[in-house]
Amino acid sequence: MRDLTSLSVEPVGPEDHVRGAGGKPLIIYAEFSCPDCAVAAERLRQSGALVCFRHFALASRSPRAVQLAIASEAAGRQGLFWDFHDSLFADQSRLDDPYLWQRCELLGVDIERFERDRRDEQLAHHVADAVTAAMRAGATGAPTFVVDGELQSELPAAPQ
Amino acid sequence: MSVIAPGTKVPAFSLAREDGSKFTEADLIGQTTVLVFYPFAFSPVCTNQLQVYSEALPEITADGAVLYGVSTDASFSQSAFREHLGVPIEQLSDFEPKGAAAKSFGAYFEPAGMTNRAIVIVGPDGCVSWSHLADNPGDTPGVNLIIDALSAN
Repeated sequence: MRDLTSLSVEPVGPEDHVRGAGGKPLIIYAEFSCPDCAVAAERLRQSGALVCFRHFALASRSPRAVQLAIASEAAGRQGLFWDFHDSLFADQSRLDDPYLWQRCELLGVDIERFERDRRDEQLAHHVADAVTAAMRAGATGAPTFVVDGELQSELPAAPQ
Repeated sequence: MSVIAPGTKVPAFSLAREDGSKFTEADLIGQTTVLVFYPFAFSPVCTNQLQVYSEALPEITADGAVLYGVSTDASFSQSAFREHLGVPIEQLSDFEPKGAAAKSFGAYFEPAGMTNRAIVIVGPDGCVSWSHLADNPGDTPGVNLIIDALSAN
């Protein structure tokens, strides 16, 4: 049973996926089959802002949500989380396994290791923990952004 | 309109279950009930809200609480919404007289003629133990607030 009592947004740490430049990272809770998340992710990528990505993958929202989050973490074990992240958001019409393997080939992800890591329970726990943390912070949808510790559903106009 | 306050005995009300039967204040007795008032079936924010609450149902119901969705939509629309989302949250309709129950709970948004976004937790004794009214109907209360409230009881 998860503890879903309130808990503030955890500060960005070494376990987080962070890229971009700037002072304080903008945290985004997102899910790879979510169209609004794709739009936000692309805007953030183009802005070059310092971004921290956290999973908000709900099985009740999309049957592929959790599997895609785990797949991105498996790619992340090969140092290719952000490449996989960009690839998924760039084309959300092809998210079944054969397409994931195609993406792996294109991105240089070792498929054998990818498949092994996808079945590693540690990654499933990692994704589930991220969702739990988001819910405890009060997230109710994706994308959700954290600005100065506060959750908001709109992408800040000028991410720092 | 203020949402019904903790400590208040719930007023007499009547909502329609999805099977057409009535759900009244008598159905609250003997169990902890979480009434989630939401504006519209199929609207984006309400979709997010019910999906997240569905995800947390094991935790919400762990100690016997029962959670219902309440809106002024007709039962057929609510059932279609629930089935579309694939969530197990039973729906209660406040369709006719429109919003009568929501108004008695202080959970009606007059400017738009819809249920406001509010949550009311009723104890087994039929008294409100916790209530929350969103600052505006577009704000969704996190499920953490429900868990906090249930944990405090």
